[in-house]
Amino acid sequence: MSRAESLHAAAPAARRRTGRARRQSTSAQQPPGNRRSSLRRKEAIAGYLFISPWIIGFLVFTAGSMIYSLVISFTNYNLATGTTTPIGAANYAQLFQDPKIAQSLGNTLYYAVLAVPLEVIVALGLALILNKVGRGSGFFRTVFYLPKMTPVVATASVFLLLLNGNTGAINEFLGFFGIQGPQWLVDPRWVIPSIVIMTLWGVSGTMVIFLAALNNVPHDLYEVASLDGAGPVRQFFRITVPMISGAIFFNVIVLTIAAFQVFDQAYLLFWRDQTSASPSSSLFYAVYLFQQAFRQFDFGFASAMAWLLFLIIMAITLIQVKVGNRFVYYESEH
Amino acid sequence: MAVEHVAQSAVTAPALKPTAKVGAGAASTAPVSTRRRRSPGRIVGKIVLWMLLLAFTCAFLYPLVWLLSASLKPRDEVFDNALIPATFSPQNYAEVWGQLPLLSWMGISIVIAVLAAGFVAISSSIVAFGFAYFRFPGRGVLFAFVLATMMLPTAVTMVPQYLIWRSLDLVGTWVPLFGANLFGSAFYIFLQRQFFLGLPRELFEAARIDGASYWGLFRRIAMPLSIPSFIIVFLFEFQASWNNFQGSLIYLNGGSPSGFTVPLGISYAMTVFSPTNGGHGDYQYVMVASLLVTIPMLILFAFGQRFFVQGVATQGRKG
Repeated sequence: MSRAESLHAAAPAARRRTGRARRQSTSAQQPPGNRRSSLRRKEAIAGYLFISPWIIGFLVFTAGSMIYSLVISFTNYNLATGTTTPIGAANYAQLFQDPKIAQSLGNTLYYAVLAVPLEVIVALGLALILNKVGRGSGFFRTVFYLPKMTPVVATASVFLLLLNGNTGAINEFLGFFGIQGPQWLVDPRWVIPSIVIMTLWGVSGTMVIFLAALNNVPHDLYEVASLDGAGPVRQFFRITVPMISGAIFFNVIVLTIAAFQVFDQAYLLFWRDQTSASPSSSLFYAVYLFQQAFRQFDFGFASAMAWLLFLIIMAITLIQVKVGNRFVYYESEH
Repeated sequence: MAVEHVAQSAVTAPALKPTAKVGAGAASTAPVSTRRRRSPGRIVGKIVLWMLLLAFTCAFLYPLVWLLSASLKPRDEVFDNALIPATFSPQNYAEVWGQLPLLSWMGISIVIAVLAAGFVAISSSIVAFGFAYFRFPGRGVLFAFVLATMMLPTAVTMVPQYLIWRSLDLVGTWVPLFGANLFGSAFYIFLQRQFFLGLPRELFEAARIDGASYWGLFRRIAMPLSIPSFIIVFLFEFQASWNNFQGSLIYLNGGSPSGFTVPLGISYAMTVFSPTNGGHGDYQYVMVASLLVTIPMLILFAFGQRFFVQGVATQGRKG
C-alpha cells in the first residue's frame, strides 16, 4: 500500500487545488481548468480500457458464471435437450438426503484437519532448518522444491507403487523398524493419510513462503534475546512465531482453501478407473462434485454442491480471519 | 519485492541496532560467544541439524530416484524397490514411444502451455498496469474484487464455464484450456501490479511530456522493465497448464487418446497398464512416461529457479 501512495503522491496534491474554485473564476483560466479535467477524464478512460480485459473476463467467467451457477442450482438441468426445469430448492434438499454428501464432506474435513497442520509444521520445520544452515542452503532448497515441480500425474503414478501395502517401499522401510505397515490404498482408515503423505511431499511452496518470512526477522532481536538469557525454544516462541505470524496465518488460510478442493491426487489414485470400486473413504467432496457434473451430467445438483462448498469455505475462512486477527502481529503499516 | 525487503530492514534496523550494541558493550560478549561456539551443546545441535537435513533430503529425493530406477527396470522388476536395477532395461525408453502416443501428448501440452502462459502474462500485465498507473473512479473497489476472486473455489464456476465453451461448440478443442487466460488472472495481476508500483512515476511523467501515448507508456516503458515479473507469471502458468488435469478431463476426455494432454495421457496410461484390474501390467512404460513428462518441468526449474522462488515468496505478501 505504501508504494501505491508513493507512486501517486506527486500529482494529486497539485491537481486537487485546481478544483472548482479555479474553474469558476475568470474566463482566462477556463482553458487550463478544462484541459485538466478532460485530461483526467482521458486518464480514467484509458485506465478502464487497460483493465477492460479483466472486467470482461470477470463479468463472463466469474460474476456471470456465479449467477448462472446459482440459477442452475435451482433447476433440473438436462444437458441432452438443453432444457432447464425449475425445481425450486430440491437440489439443496437433496444435499441433505444424499448420504454421499455427508460422507465426502466428512472425508474432506478429516483430510483438511490432518493435512493443514502437518503441512504448516513440516514446512516451517524445513524453513527453520534451511534458515539455520544459511550458506549452502540453496542446494537443499532446490532439492526440497523438486517435488513441487513434479507433475501431479507423475507423483500419483509413483506413490501408487510406493504406497502399495505388500510391495511398496514405504512399508519396506517401516519393516526395518519391525513395523507392519498398513494397506495404505486399500484399508479405508489409511486412504486419507496416504493422500496427506503425497501432499506433504510437495510442501515446499509453503516452505518458501516461510523462508521469506524468516529472512525478514531482524537478526538483532535474537541477539538481544540471547543476551537476556532466552534459550532457542523461548526465542522460537517469543520472537520467531510472532514475527512470522502473518505468514503462518496466510499459509493456514490458503492451505485450508486448497484442502477443501483436493481433487487430482484422490481422483488419480482412486477414481480414475471407473470400472473398479474404491473405498468410500477416498471419496472427496471435489471428486463427488466432478462425478455428478461430468459423469452424471446432473448440473443442477453439482451446482448446488458447489455453492455448499463455497459457503463452507467462506465460513471457515471468516472464522480463521476472526481468530487470526487476534494473534497476528502486523509490522507497522500492514 | 527484493526492493521492499531492503526498504523494510532499513527501517527496522537502525531502531534496534543501538540497543544491541549497548548490550554487547555492557556484558562484554566476546568471551561468552566463543565459549558458546565451542560448547558441546552447540556441536550436538549442529550435528542434529545436519542429520535432519540429510534425512529430509533423502525423503524428498527418494521418490524421484525411485522413479528413475523403476523406469530402467524390466517388467517383472518394476515393483522391487532396488534403487539400482538388477537388470538394466534402457530399451524401455525406446519402446515407450510405440506403446503410448507420448510425443503427441507432450506436443499438445507444450502448445497449450505456451498459449496459456503467454496470454495470461500479457493480459495480466496490461490489466495490472491499468490498476497501477491510472486513476479512475472505483479503482480500489475493482482491485478488491480482483483479490476476492482468488478465494473463489473453482467448483462454483466449473459448470457454467463448461456450458459457455459448449455453447461456442469448443468442447473437445484446446481452446477452453487457455481461452480464459486472455482476460488476466487475479494472482498474476496482483503480482505484476506490485512490480509496476515499484517503478518511479517520474519515468512515466517524463515520457508523457515527451508525447508518449498511454499505450506507449505501457509498451515502451512498463513492459520492458517488468520482464522479471513477466517471466515469473509465464513460468507459473506454464507449470499450472502442464499440470492441469481436471481441465483436460472435462474438455478432452471424450476424444481419442492421441489427442490427450500430458496429465490426461499419463492418467490414461496408469489405467491401461495397471497391473491390477486386468491392465497389461507393463508398468515400466508408465514410469518412463512419468519421468519424461517431468523433465520439461525440471528444465524450466533449472532455468528459472529464482523466479519460481520469488513468485512463491510474493504469495505470502498478499495478506
